[in-house]
Amino acid sequence: MQFDSINAFFNMGGYGFYVWLSYGSSALFLISLILLSRINNQNVIKKIAQRQKREKKLRLAAKQQNISNTTISPEEKS
Amino acid sequence: MWKWLHPYAKPEITYHFTGKILPWFAYLSAILLSVGIVWALAFAPADYQQGDSFRIFYLHVPAASLSMGIYVGMAIAALCSLVWQLKLADASASAMAPVGAVFTAIALITGAAWGKPMWGTWWIWDARLTSELILLFLYLGVIALHNAFEDKSLAGKAAAILTLVGVINIPIIKYSVEWWNTLHQGATVSKLGKPSMTMDMLWPFIICFLGFALLVATIICIRFRTEILARNSMRPWVRELVDKIEG
Repeated sequence: MQFDSINAFFNMGGYGFYVWLSYGSSALFLISLILLSRINNQNVIKKIAQRQKREKKLRLAAKQQNISNTTISPEEKS
Repeated sequence: MWKWLHPYAKPEITYHFTGKILPWFAYLSAILLSVGIVWALAFAPADYQQGDSFRIFYLHVPAASLSMGIYVGMAIAALCSLVWQLKLADASASAMAPVGAVFTAIALITGAAWGKPMWGTWWIWDARLTSELILLFLYLGVIALHNAFEDKSLAGKAAAILTLVGVINIPIIKYSVEWWNTLHQGATVSKLGKPSMTMDMLWPFIICFLGFALLVATIICIRFRTEILARNSMRPWVRELVDKIEG
């Protein structure tokens, strides 16, 4: 340990402001980058899932319409 | 000879491979960074001239050299995507740009915070500082181009061309301290042969550098995997995967 006390550690030989500014801003930048990257990943997965759900619904609706069409058509013929 | 690489041109295989190595990068980086930062802040000796302000060195130098390293990696990926039309290369270039931009910003901010007590000014239009600032603008330009077009492959092509033109800036940054008279000091660690540093200052630097490099790898992996999913969202394997995750 290079410092005698916790105060000396924070003081950094008079350069405390500059040293902690550097370490603090770097930590802030890196943590936000990591968080944003992960949020972005989750958002892309969610978006794809939503689209898939919508497509499934549309397919189901189309199928039901087809079934009702085929049941109607023989009646129409007669 | 390069046949073993071929399967990795398939997005699905690369997605699973990067998923496997990602936690290793993340844990190793966390361990190295916590050891390295504590060592740098509390246990490394103070510089005989610069005192404790020298501890900024342990952030500034890794961030600055990684900002250039990421750019070179991005340029190689850009070249591959332009010449061989590799879609994954394009996705990786797009994943690297924001990481490089953040590391360039960190290099500039820590540099300013180190310059104020040592040189008496936050900023000076000197060759090294100006060329590093241009690197930041190049990164921002590449990010903007990647997002400027609906068509991802067109956007990738435009960004790749800007990336390759900007490569000229890398040797300018590297040799600026030798070519021009500048306030910025010359190389300390990367001098060929012997670095002009004592071992008790050099060891924490090496650990910090490796920790940051692995952090870069971790974040690029996360972003690369996101890009792969977004660009292959209509493929059956992505559909299955998303169904599995979202239930």
